[in-house]
Amino acid sequence: MEFFAGSKVYTFLPLASLEVGEHFYWNIGGLTVHGQVFMTSWFVIALLVIASLAATRNIQRVPSGIQNFMEFALEFVRELAKNQIGEKEYRPWVPFIGTLFLFIFVSNWSGALLPWKLIQIPSGELAAPTNDINTTVALALLTSLAYFFAGFRKRGLGYFAKYLEPTPILLPINILEDFTKPLSLSFRLFGNIVADELVVAVLVLLVPLFIPLPVMALGLFTSAIQALVFATLAAAYIHEALEGHGGEEHE
Amino acid sequence: MDSLVAAASVIAAALAVGLAAIGPGIGQGTCAGQAVEGIARQPEAEGKIRGTLLLSLAFMESLTIYGLVVSLVLLFANPFS
Repeated sequence: MEFFAGSKVYTFLPLASLEVGEHFYWNIGGLTVHGQVFMTSWFVIALLVIASLAATRNIQRVPSGIQNFMEFALEFVRELAKNQIGEKEYRPWVPFIGTLFLFIFVSNWSGALLPWKLIQIPSGELAAPTNDINTTVALALLTSLAYFFAGFRKRGLGYFAKYLEPTPILLPINILEDFTKPLSLSFRLFGNIVADELVVAVLVLLVPLFIPLPVMALGLFTSAIQALVFATLAAAYIHEALEGHGGEEHE
Repeated sequence: MDSLVAAASVIAAALAVGLAAIGPGIGQGTCAGQAVEGIARQPEAEGKIRGTLLLSLAFMESLTIYGLVVSLVLLFANPFS
């Protein structure tokens, strides 16, 4: 059990191995990327695209089957955006919030439900795309861009007035907040997913059969909640940028 | 890796998770207690209370997760090794 050197920790059973910090590197145009993350996120994207196409290919007035399911998903996402951003301005943000929620949700569940480890790759291992901090940082920075864009489009340069809002003394804190928001968003998602995988892997190492099942179910639950939390927070930040700092007219 | 650095990193990793679990533990306990109180007073609001409770528990849990991220960095991507 080498703890530090190779970062390859538990190789007890083929299914219970766990690697942190091992990646399958690709070189694309001078950039080094983590290939295993790309493969799994392409899989997630393909799954979402196929589901959307299958649901909208033959639209019926009375929905059934996959159309029904996707309409349920759309309504869920729309309610989420409406609850956070408000009746008046939520509509243009539904695609963004919905994409975040569906991508994170399907990624988390694919990592927990699909036996990725049966597929061997030269180094590293396939897991949920949100298992890699680069994915979650990218999603969090997109959220930052989105709320800056929302604020500028709504109020122009007057957006910067919100930094002075309660009192100008709080200016440094307000600037700091713009950095802590993406930091906490990305670390929360990454940490939760990695924590789930670590707990499951350690339990599988101790007792390979049956005992880890409740923890796996808990992992499914928390990863769904984390997708919801990420989408909710993104919507809340956009709402804050649209409304000003105090959030004076909460419905 | 230097054995002193290794020992310090392992202790620091354990402390990072252990200490980070104290505050959110207290918070989650208070939160769950208040939610039970709320449900007992108003059983018809159970669905709403449960939804809010789960969301806020996830927020508190993320504080421990920050500690976990720090300890993972110390164990697997140690900057001092």
